[in-house]
Amino acid sequence: MSFLELKNITKRYGPLTAVGDVSLSVEKGEFVSLLGPSGCGKTTTLQMIAGFVEPSAGTIRLDGRDITRAKANSRGLGIVFQSYALFPHMTVFDNVSFGLEMQRVARGERKPRVEEALSLVHLSPYAKRYPRELSGGQRQRVALARALVIRPPVLLLDEPLSNLDAKLREAMQFELREIQRKVGTTTVMVTHDQAEAFSISDRVVVMEAGRITQIDQPYRIYEHPETEFISRFVGKTNLLPGKVVTATGAGATVSLAGIAVPVETADLSVGETVTLCIRPEKLHLTAPSSGLLTGRVADRFFLGSQWLYHIDGPVGTLMVVTPNDGSTPAEQGAPVGLEWSPSVVRVHRGAMAEAPDVALEVTG
Amino acid sequence: MSAALPETAPAAPGDETPERRFPTAPLFLSGPAALLFAALVLTPLFLTALLSFNQFDYATGRTGGFTLEHYLSVVTDEYYLEIFLRTFRISALATAICVVIGVPEAYILSRMTNPWRSIFLLVILAPLLVSVVVRAFGWSMLLGPEGPVNGALIALGIGRMKLLYTEGTVVVALVHVMLPFMVIPVWTSLQKLDPAVEQAALSFGASRATAIVRVVAPQILPGILSGSLIVFGLSASAFAIPGLLGGRRLKMVATVVYDQYLSDLNWPMGAAVAVILLAANLIIMLTYHRMVEGHYRRRLG
Amino acid sequence: MTRNGPVALFFHTLVVIFMLAPLAIVCLVAFTPENTLSLPTRGFSLRWFQAVFHHPDFVQSFWNSLWLAVLSATLAVALAVPASLAVTRWEFPGRGFLNALFLSPLIIPHLVLGVAMLRLFAVVGATGSFGWLVAAHMVIVTPYVMRLLIAAISGFDRSVEQAAYSLGASEAIVFRRVTLPMILPGVTGGWLIAFINSFDELTMSIFITSPSTVTLPVRMYMYATESIDPMMAAVSALIIGITMVAVLLLDRVYGLDRILVGQH
Ligand SMILES: Nc1ncnc2c1ncn2[C@@H]1O[C@H](COP(=O)(O)OP(=O)(O)OP(=O)(O)O)[C@@H](O)[C@H]1O
Ligand SMILES: [Mg+2]
Repeated sequence: MSFLELKNITKRYGPLTAVGDVSLSVEKGEFVSLLGPSGCGKTTTLQMIAGFVEPSAGTIRLDGRDITRAKANSRGLGIVFQSYALFPHMTVFDNVSFGLEMQRVARGERKPRVEEALSLVHLSPYAKRYPRELSGGQRQRVALARALVIRPPVLLLDEPLSNLDAKLREAMQFELREIQRKVGTTTVMVTHDQAEAFSISDRVVVMEAGRITQIDQPYRIYEHPETEFISRFVGKTNLLPGKVVTATGAGATVSLAGIAVPVETADLSVGETVTLCIRPEKLHLTAPSSGLLTGRVADRFFLGSQWLYHIDGPVGTLMVVTPNDGSTPAEQGAPVGLEWSPSVVRVHRGAMAEAPDVALEVTG
Repeated sequence: MSAALPETAPAAPGDETPERRFPTAPLFLSGPAALLFAALVLTPLFLTALLSFNQFDYATGRTGGFTLEHYLSVVTDEYYLEIFLRTFRISALATAICVVIGVPEAYILSRMTNPWRSIFLLVILAPLLVSVVVRAFGWSMLLGPEGPVNGALIALGIGRMKLLYTEGTVVVALVHVMLPFMVIPVWTSLQKLDPAVEQAALSFGASRATAIVRVVAPQILPGILSGSLIVFGLSASAFAIPGLLGGRRLKMVATVVYDQYLSDLNWPMGAAVAVILLAANLIIMLTYHRMVEGHYRRRLG
Repeated sequence: MTRNGPVALFFHTLVVIFMLAPLAIVCLVAFTPENTLSLPTRGFSLRWFQAVFHHPDFVQSFWNSLWLAVLSATLAVALAVPASLAVTRWEFPGRGFLNALFLSPLIIPHLVLGVAMLRLFAVVGATGSFGWLVAAHMVIVTPYVMRLLIAAISGFDRSVEQAAYSLGASEAIVFRRVTLPMILPGVTGGWLIAFINSFDELTMSIFITSPSTVTLPVRMYMYATESIDPMMAAVSALIIGITMVAVLLLDRVYGLDRILVGQH
């Protein structure tokens, strides 16, 4: 039986369903991320677990106990807020010690536990400072220490890193994961940054408009997105509209603007409209007219470790990412061939939805 | 009405902050203050409104019965008409002078750099917190027959002038008391002003004066208007200044009410004047509120 | 300073002189050795200050005003803290009305309030009662406190309180250990502005004080309408001094411009 269980959780605000029918099981010690675009209900879900928002329907169980209606201050969960929510009038030490005080831990025991928590987040020398005297990353770690010191059964993080600059955020991601491994606390984190969700989570829950669309390991979400929305939202992708021309038990052929492309998806039917998703890094540049498609380099961008090409071809503009291995890149305007393995193509049934720049917008 | 309309969404559940599970909490929290205000604002105002309709017997000093004579005498009796007119005239004049002095001063303040800006803001605003009796007394000394102003007039060869107990003195002292109320709202709207806008106007070749008139002025107009209303309202009900600097004959509304209550003991008459004063104040404030709201709605819409 | 031209600075100087002149002359005349209101041309003297301290009416009025201001400011804060929490944090029927009611003394002329209080006191037989005077002053200073508190409470990050709840604190503890300390500048600023307003109030008080509860501004007003001697200047100078101390305190704890500029 799972440690934290959400069953058919729903939250309505008047006519708006902020969270609809969400079910999720989190194992003990697991690190789960809720990932989704702004307004999709991540915070609301987290707040229901925390006890700040009362679900309109459904149940929440923690370690077998029904906590759906339990008050926030009786749940004993550790929470890190996006704004850190440190007590501005208390020192770092007092901030961390507050939860222990509330649990009526004896003064003598409090001190070593606070010190332990502070050393866990590498803040021992800052115990006497006030929050306003700390940098963003340090405040973030105080918030983490304050949440962890009470040894909560579950740690809830609401966009804990979103107020940090890119470099610090990356460093903190690894630190967060390391600390979580060390203390082994079951963790639920909310984020809209897919890189963050992928790099530190055991499993990722993708949410869209208040509903869960996929729960899986990061790798599987990236490689096998279950919907076109997910493939757009998670990483960059090429979406190609086509029609099934032949279908067998083991695969099919799809026509893209008259060019036949093999795919490995079974049980498609001839004549069906489909959308093919191919990740840019799965496409390879070859000599002109030797690949599956031929096109021309419309633009190229140097990304340091990689090259990003925009290739104009018969099926429109495709994004291609190649590793920068030191060799000479293809010139702008040069004709190139494109090639890929049928196994990397994901097929979604139906025509393409009209929102082609979502992926660029939210993944940044 | 069509009966077949489906039920719209179920009633919104209560909000989710922890307190809102107890909808009685705000009643407990605001209860004591609400009681105090019911007992000491609403009740006395109501009693006063009632009192203003009571008859007053000069011989016995008793009040009772129902009459409109107090209100009628305010609009017919020349004594009251003159006082209301004078109050209006003095307040309007004080307001106009406050605009003429306060608006440029606020603008000048806003163009200063710190620490001067803070220092002079304090100098202009802090007198607001000194008792108005003290300030009125200060003016009576400045303008008194032996005061420095008359001293200067004599030195200039103009000769001694009777300054105290004139409308001019009352206006000057009112301006002194009210100026902060003009500077504050204008200053606030100047703070919201983007200095780049004025610079942009200048960069288009507008002269400084044009930039101020065409770009700055329209944006601080709500501030000026709100300051004017406050100044006018407070001036019209000012008591200490006309009481101390107006002497026995230069009465304004507030001093008349005071006389009615504490010398003539004609409370119903005083109450009627007070009710009119309150009504005028509320009408001005509420009209202004409407106006400003409409103004902003148009700007945003 | 450089952005203002010479004409602007000249105008500004005149305004500053205009604002300070009446206060300055009061402070100067207070030190005169003469028997009449005159500038101290022949040395300074403290005789009029001594006269104030030996004038039982002024001394009594001073203590009346001080107690009145301390009590009404303290009680107003005690009522305004929960009331402003109620009107900022909850949506409930009558909230708009209560909010308007609590701020209404700002737009009701004090003269009208004085007249109305006088009537009420007469009806309930409270004329001359110090307790009712305190209550009346609470009414006029509460709006100032409410304004600062509402600003402090609405600019408050609720997640800080949520953090305290999640750590196991009860509602009472959250209020005492987190909410109250965080709105403390608003509370102290509100107390001081209430104190100053109560201490200075004349127009309402003149209607409802009795000989034993006369406040300092009322005493001064009555004294000034009868006789004028330099003792009035000495009292005024003392009041200016007290006000300046309060203003500086206020500036330290809250920022004067923040209070005044948010005032009307
Ligand atoms: N108290 C509330 N009253 C009404 N609607 C609300 C309330 N709180 C949230 N919502 C709505 O519920 C939806 C989900 O909000 P939520 O805060 O959970 O989004 P989110 O996924 O955390 O977004 P973000 O990434 O921007 O933080 C939004 O449409 C929001 O407007
Ligand atoms: Mg959120």
